[in-house]
Amino acid sequence: MRQDHLISAVDLSREDIEAVLDRAAEIDANPAAFRQRHAGTVLGLCFFEPSTRTRMSFDTAMKRLGGQTVDMGPVESSSVKKGETLADTVRVVEGYADALVLRHPSEGAATMAAEFIDVPLVNAGDGAGQHPSQTLLDLYTIRENAGLDDLTIGIMGDLKYGRTVHSLAEALTNFDVNQHFISPESLQLPRNVRYDLHASGASVKEHTELDEVLPELDVLYVTRIQRERFPDENEYLKVAGEYKIDDETLAAASDDLVIMHPLPRVDEIAPEIDDSDHAKYFEQAHNGIPVRMALLDILLSNDD
Amino acid sequence: MTDDHQLRVSKIQNGTVIDHVEAGQALNVLAILGIDGTSGETVSVGMNVPSDRLGRKDIVKVEGRELSQSEVDVLSLIAPAASINIVRDYEVVEKSRVVRPETVSGVVSCPNRNCISNADEPITSGFAVLSDGVRCDYCGSIVREKEIAANLDVS
Repeated sequence: MRQDHLISAVDLSREDIEAVLDRAAEIDANPAAFRQRHAGTVLGLCFFEPSTRTRMSFDTAMKRLGGQTVDMGPVESSSVKKGETLADTVRVVEGYADALVLRHPSEGAATMAAEFIDVPLVNAGDGAGQHPSQTLLDLYTIRENAGLDDLTIGIMGDLKYGRTVHSLAEALTNFDVNQHFISPESLQLPRNVRYDLHASGASVKEHTELDEVLPELDVLYVTRIQRERFPDENEYLKVAGEYKIDDETLAAASDDLVIMHPLPRVDEIAPEIDDSDHAKYFEQAHNGIPVRMALLDILLSNDD
Repeated sequence: MTDDHQLRVSKIQNGTVIDHVEAGQALNVLAILGIDGTSGETVSVGMNVPSDRLGRKDIVKVEGRELSQSEVDVLSLIAPAASINIVRDYEVVEKSRVVRPETVSGVVSCPNRNCISNADEPITSGFAVLSDGVRCDYCGSIVREKEIAANLDVS
């Protein structure tokens, strides 16, 4: 990897991505070989927002590399509650750990934090901004199930505020991928993501109905439409109901369609899909371990 | 033509004359400079003044004030044809055209209220200059040129 931090998917080249995915595949094939790779290393977990999967998978990934973690704990019981700035918090935690993982509710938080520290930093979600380590495990799952070139993907749901969507769409521009974006008009891609997609030569094909593109999709990446984004409950119910996947919806899909979701889901994918060959979202979540192990391994080795 | 029929704006003794401002942008220039009339500077503003170069132009004269580089940088985004004349003791001692910078720092605040640059952190807002606007260094939000005036940080 060229950079010391992982802040945004825009910073990732195809070479960077493939290095992480190839390393993750090595880890998947022979986890024992990596068990003591980073013995004595401490990873600092700074989560200013609730997280289950991301926090636990980084914690597990570091431990499976032989290292340990220190966790800031919930914001309510930390010095943040006393009014400490993020800049001060990360400078303090930098002294305790060899690398940091940061989740924060403000967009740009990881970019700013990286200005204040010298150890590698991973952005584990900054508001409605980016979530690039999720993207790496998404790409790993896509590569394993459908390949990353000559691919048609539909990305559906909350494209405006969905940070996993922003990172994924930008990272996919490194590959020969045809991207379709399916959402209500009020939740279309934000201006800055469109700018990045256009700047990298990708076309932005937008739809309000899934059935316009479903038959041609190799991968359907579903995200949750969040209730709190709608001032009017009725408007939410109307919109959310139109972007749900069940057996009936999938009648028009290819037999090989891969369905992914960054989780947590609420009701946008019916449980009846879980046992089908389409469902790859639990595999996707499990891939968080080898991919985050690979990412940490590469970032920590850069630092040597 | 006699003096009775001509608007006379007196020369300034020390300060800055911002000339060749695109017509209609004078009030935004004042906003960039943080001038709202309460701080006491003597300010003359000409709007829609006939101009050979621009057809119509605005002109702003500020007594007792020389512009900082970051103010000139932001000025260049809303008034790309502007010229800056520094006046000392009634004489123009320095005359320059604004140059579109690659980045601007301070002066503009990010319109995304959830951007970390709007939180109480020890940083200054920063933007990369695009062909039609600026982009926040932190959250990546894009501010189009016509929106810059509404996002000036003039505190």
